[in-house]
Amino acid sequence: MPKDTSIKSVLIVGSGPIVIGQACEFDYSGSQAARSLREEGIKVILINSNPATIMTDPMMADKVYLLPLTVESIEKILQENQIDAVLPTMGGQTALNLCKEADELGIWKSYNVRMIGVDVAAIDTAEDREKFRQLMIKIGIQVAPSRVANSFLEGKEFAQEIGFPLVIRPSFTLGGTGGGFVHRKEELDEALQRGLKASPIHEVLVEKAVLGWKEFELELLRDKNDNVVIICTVENLDPMGIHTGDSITVAPAMTLSDSAFQDMRNKAMLMMRSLGNFAGGCNVQFALNPETEELIAVEINPRVSRSSALASKATGYPIAKIAAKLAIGYSLDELKNQITQTTSAYFEPALDYVIVKVPRWNFDKFKGANDTLGLQMKSVGEVMAIGRSFTEAIQKACQSLENEAVGLGYYGKSLMKTEDLIEYIKTPKWDRIFRIKDALMHGVTIKTIVQATRIDRWFIYQIQEICRIEKELEQYKLDTLPEPLLKEAKKNGFSDEQIARILHGNCTDEQVYEKRKALGITRVYKMVDTCSAEFEAKTPYFYSSFEG
Amino acid sequence: MPQAQQPAVLMLADGHVFHGKAFGKIGTTTGEICFNTGMTGYQEVFTDPSYYGQVLIMNNVHTGNYGVNKKDIESATVKIRGLIGRNLEDKYSRYQATDSLDAYLKQNGIVSIEDVDTRALVAHIRTKGAMNCIISSEILDLGQLKAELDKCPDMDGLELASVVSTKEEYELGDPASTLKIAVLDFGVKQNILTCLVERGAHVKVHPAKTPLSRLKEFNADGYFISNGPGDPAAMPYAVETLKEILNENKPVFGICLGHQLLALANDIPTFKMHHGHRGLNHPVKNIISGRCEITTQNHGFGVQPDAVRNHPNVEVTHVNLNDSSIEGIRLKDKPAFSVQYHPESTPGPFDSRYLFDEFVAMMKN
Repeated sequence: MPKDTSIKSVLIVGSGPIVIGQACEFDYSGSQAARSLREEGIKVILINSNPATIMTDPMMADKVYLLPLTVESIEKILQENQIDAVLPTMGGQTALNLCKEADELGIWKSYNVRMIGVDVAAIDTAEDREKFRQLMIKIGIQVAPSRVANSFLEGKEFAQEIGFPLVIRPSFTLGGTGGGFVHRKEELDEALQRGLKASPIHEVLVEKAVLGWKEFELELLRDKNDNVVIICTVENLDPMGIHTGDSITVAPAMTLSDSAFQDMRNKAMLMMRSLGNFAGGCNVQFALNPETEELIAVEINPRVSRSSALASKATGYPIAKIAAKLAIGYSLDELKNQITQTTSAYFEPALDYVIVKVPRWNFDKFKGANDTLGLQMKSVGEVMAIGRSFTEAIQKACQSLENEAVGLGYYGKSLMKTEDLIEYIKTPKWDRIFRIKDALMHGVTIKTIVQATRIDRWFIYQIQEICRIEKELEQYKLDTLPEPLLKEAKKNGFSDEQIARILHGNCTDEQVYEKRKALGITRVYKMVDTCSAEFEAKTPYFYSSFEG
Repeated sequence: MPQAQQPAVLMLADGHVFHGKAFGKIGTTTGEICFNTGMTGYQEVFTDPSYYGQVLIMNNVHTGNYGVNKKDIESATVKIRGLIGRNLEDKYSRYQATDSLDAYLKQNGIVSIEDVDTRALVAHIRTKGAMNCIISSEILDLGQLKAELDKCPDMDGLELASVVSTKEEYELGDPASTLKIAVLDFGVKQNILTCLVERGAHVKVHPAKTPLSRLKEFNADGYFISNGPGDPAAMPYAVETLKEILNENKPVFGICLGHQLLALANDIPTFKMHHGHRGLNHPVKNIISGRCEITTQNHGFGVQPDAVRNHPNVEVTHVNLNDSSIEGIRLKDKPAFSVQYHPESTPGPFDSRYLFDEFVAMMKN
């Protein structure tokens, strides 16, 4: 039997309250895991302190405990139920920390509960910056120079040694809480104190900052036979220095050559394998030097992460669902691709579209908050858009932000002066992508924008293409607008409202819609199928686009 | 997307027409249409000699983003006959890049078309199967296009390996090495040779139609039978040579076309597949070790599964996890083995590089 039949009941630990850095992604993974295990006839017991979740709906699990996420609650559940195994990897860092605490107290052992899908040593190594660094050095993978400090004085000493700019990363925190960049000596004391205070074990990593390097994330799955696949490669449009949760991200990677990608793939696999012997999901982050293409390992998360939810939506591959099956002993080659239902789950999804994720911030509700983006995640949500080009996807994402943006533009607002724009985009803020577009509209060169933002020029070329189309649209009124230009605008993600605002003279989005409908420029629907149309897919998950 | 592009047309042999914009060379080209699902490594794909005679659809929606360079090549020139994409990019970003995709395709005389609904096109090929096609940015009249398309020969029964094979013998690696490998070149990918040389071999590459008598002069420890384009059943000369090589009882390793030839040399027939396997994500299981590999594939012909399974002297070593097709075989009485996929990858995963180690170990024993 491939499946481990000794496991008849599993405890899933949720992620607790929704906070910045840990939101509904873990509700999604927990729900998927519960469904996946119950499909196998396994009894699922679930604990989460947050009742406003899908996973705590009575139909999701056999038994739901709405209790504080504490060791006491765990003990109570174990007393009341016969539980064979606990799956701690679906509830983010909160669930992992709780399961680890219970493990240290010997609770799992005394109730004869196995931890599945992870091992504690792997969590320790991944979360403890110094252990992580030592492991990377041992397996020959480059990391940024760093030292672990347990006191303020130690921190000061190491900062002198490493030099500025540097990063302060507190150990065992969530969403980068308490972390930050230190560009100048004068900022050091405050950053150090904040970091040490944020860490539950009063420990920070003082690390050399690799500002301006490109950032990539890989989502991996491994089974008990050590078969590993890469489910998704996500490229951060924003360079290193901004929390991935606050970065605009793109999948598949847009600017990666095969040699650079395979280097990353090999290293990610080596890192996962050397971290421990667990079956399940894993997320690895790299920084890539754009000039030399050398890689630095940034971090590894041996669990289903926030990014896994995005990767699942981006590729159609249900990571949490499969990870749960792997945790109970299946191997990847025994499972079917859930989307095609005929091909193997052991494969790497191929995409024939572009995914763009844009975070959503709510600084207007946090008066006085520092709106500069950095290591600590500040966004409260995100949108993900799918298109048949990067331009279409980013415009759709911007249209979905539920702010005043209409595509990649704020229309009818006063704009900053060119020099001010160039200065403004040097600092990452929530509206930087819009200001980059404004700068391009003002005629600022690609080179200047790349220098100011360190964003890969390929993305800037694409935004320039949006600007080119916008400038062409400005030349026309609705009745003079040529069909090929209207079609081109639609293919590049311009909404009808956006076109109406750009066009010369007054017109409404309905009028634009009527015009294009009359011309036969209408939406087509494409499927997210994990395989670029190579195989027929059974699960309906569609997005709209314009073709022809 | 270069400015002010000319219109271009793609016509399939079954009469389907797709309109788009011209990219690369302005002109007309014909070939068998196929698609590749890989998301990285387009330059390596375009220069892979196994694609000779094929018009290629890139399923990935952006191609050309990181330009081209002198290093990421599998042969000296572009081998595809034509290129079809959704967004072919002339603006690129990479420090190591030396030129744009558009300029590169122009230099290599490759007629291409972009702004095509490639997903609809791929779904069509998936359903209807591989067929010939024509791309043109100079003939837009459909009747004239059809007439040109009819002149394109069928891939079935077409011998192309000797066209892309080296014309002259050449040697690579350390001439003092005690490990010598004779390569029979039917369109060998550069990285296969690199993988052999990296393992310390002195490699001599021979033209496709080299007789055994000449191959033997190199006094090799083993023979490598390369990948290449076209129909293996149209290569009786190669099958004969391979039968003679097998009688030498020295280690033999075949990749892709080389795998099909090893099957033919054992009287296992090959067949033309519905639309082939091309991409970097094909799941293969090594049934000897139980381990799985994500593989690079590029083939439009396969070996007959039943004939392999019923053969008294041939053992299946690797199977495809999607469609159970035969991915690897070995002979029971001779040190000869082959795989349908590309362990040298480029582009693609390194999961199967161990096969080169096994070949070297075989020769050292």
